[in-house]
Amino acid sequence: MTPTDPSSVAVLVRCAGLGKDYVMGENVIHALRDVDVAIARGELVAIMGPSGSGKSTFMNLVGALDSPSTGTLTIAGRDIGRMGSDELSRLRNETLGFVFQQFMLLARTSAIDNVKLPLMYTRMDAAEKDRRARTALERVGLAERMDHTPAQLSGGQQQRVAIARALVNQPEMILADEPTGALDTVTAEEIMALLTELNHEGVTVMLVTHEEEIAAHARRIIRFRDGRIIADEAHEPEASRA
Amino acid sequence: MNAQADRPAAGVQLSASLGIALKAIRTNSVRSALTMLGIIIGIGAAIVAVSISQGAGQQLQEQIEAFGTHVLQVRPGSGFFGGRRQGAGTARPLTDRDVDAIAELGEFVEAASGRIQTAATLVSAGRNWPTTVQGVGADFAITQNRAVVEGRNFSDAEARRGATVAVVGQTVVNELFNGNDPVGARIRINRTPVTVIGVLEEIGASNFGQDQDDIVWMPLASVRSRISREAGSVPDNAGSVTIKVWDDLDVLEVQREIEDLLRLRRNIAPGADDDFVVFNFAEFIRARNETEALLGFLLAAFSATSLVVGGIGIMNIMLVSVTERTREIGLRRAVGARQRDVLTQFLVEATVLGLIGGILGMLVGVGGTYLAAALGEFPVLISPWTLAGAVGIAIFIAVFFGYYPARRASRLDPIEALRFE
Repeated sequence: MTPTDPSSVAVLVRCAGLGKDYVMGENVIHALRDVDVAIARGELVAIMGPSGSGKSTFMNLVGALDSPSTGTLTIAGRDIGRMGSDELSRLRNETLGFVFQQFMLLARTSAIDNVKLPLMYTRMDAAEKDRRARTALERVGLAERMDHTPAQLSGGQQQRVAIARALVNQPEMILADEPTGALDTVTAEEIMALLTELNHEGVTVMLVTHEEEIAAHARRIIRFRDGRIIADEAHEPEASRA
Repeated sequence: MNAQADRPAAGVQLSASLGIALKAIRTNSVRSALTMLGIIIGIGAAIVAVSISQGAGQQLQEQIEAFGTHVLQVRPGSGFFGGRRQGAGTARPLTDRDVDAIAELGEFVEAASGRIQTAATLVSAGRNWPTTVQGVGADFAITQNRAVVEGRNFSDAEARRGATVAVVGQTVVNELFNGNDPVGARIRINRTPVTVIGVLEEIGASNFGQDQDDIVWMPLASVRSRISREAGSVPDNAGSVTIKVWDDLDVLEVQREIEDLLRLRRNIAPGADDDFVVFNFAEFIRARNETEALLGFLLAAFSATSLVVGGIGIMNIMLVSVTERTREIGLRRAVGARQRDVLTQFLVEATVLGLIGGILGMLVGVGGTYLAAALGEFPVLISPWTLAGAVGIAIFIAVFFGYYPARRASRLDPIEALRFE
């Protein structure tokens, strides 16, 4: 295990000269290059940029789903580039929580069983898994809907189940990829309010979006273009209801 | 934090995978059932094949034990009359002198006896019983490996002079003497007074369903002269000759010796056909069982083909399942499933398909075996090992053919999988 640098306990994600190349036939595509950025614990960061800007590649790297081609990426003090497949799985399981645009819930499966999915890959007794899943569902306001299947839930409720699933293993950071992309404006605001609340409770949130109204909830906006960061600015959140 | 300490134990992981597998199979129950059909048919056919061949093997063993592998029988062959063959037993009969000549081959032959057989009615104290009377030599008991359990057998001297004595089977004791000891009783057989001197060892029905205890043995000479109406044209007709070969000798070699002897005695020119037939029981039974062995082989080939087809079916459906659930696989990888967790999940699913298919195939196989036994009148033997082996093979096939799709699932790139439409 990489020792944590004592001078940077507050830093959760650190990128140094981070780059990612893809080989397409004879061409090498530099999806990401020379990214130097640090995200502190407790931040609410929005990642913005047009498609092909590198924001999705950045998200996949920070999500430990991919390995860097160049440079280093450390998450919670651990160097992603030096970790094996099983270690990356474990990091995703324990340290990260994912929220997707299309919710990605298992069909014909109750809300509580969907929330328990990450716990399937954790050693924990059944009662503790149940307790954690219930707590997570209560936290997102779905205490009354635990046995509903996705088909019996609205889009906003489904995304709440997905957020509960991301929370269930008490991660350090939630990675939300266009979390409101499939929702109407009112529901989108509710989901953003929930993510903001969770952030205030101490969970680091990284949000990928192309909508300025959604990014407006963040306290920091990082903009990508052509695989590079073109802007990294602090921001006063507009619609913080917490 | 220890690297692997708080990862799920294998057992927990397996039971969770089992739950997912059962759910996946239930969700696509029709598809799963069709997929299992190849396995079901293959396992069913395999069980029928093995049960028939084991039954045939067991019957062969029993028949060899019953007849003895070292027993030969000689019968007159087909005679000619005006260029037409007259059918079995129509050639010159075998005589008492032929029997004696064979018996004199002491280095090859332990015992030899003629045998003629006739239907006759036994009468005793107002009761009667129709049965089969066999006229045999004193050594016939040796060739049949059958003892006289009460009283005594007739001696060679009694046999040669045609004494009117009889040894009876247990069925005759029951029917004619009401189960009482018959030794010393005077009975009439086709009006000839006969003294019962012994009771034969009880051996039950033959493999062909004939009651072998419903029988009377008498000296051949007395049956020929007093009981049988078909005494024939030759006064010393010995009927067929049953020969017990010494156990440590090769039956086929002794058979050739006896054939040579009889050809010489019967003046058969070199190159001419024998006018007698030597039956070798072991060969006869083997020939009979070859038919069943062939049937078993064909069924085994069919079941092997069906199992391969079934395995390919499982591979196909697992590939479909992996494709359909690509996004689920991506999601599981994103929330922390390792490659081996995904591999386990799909292998368990294939195993469950194989297990259910194997159990259903077992039921089909047992039913099919009883059906074949009833329709084809085969002897069958269903052993628990056959059934356990069959289910084991079904699981092996499923895991073998399920491994490739499962590996493919485990190697999916999580990012690609999550994006899959």
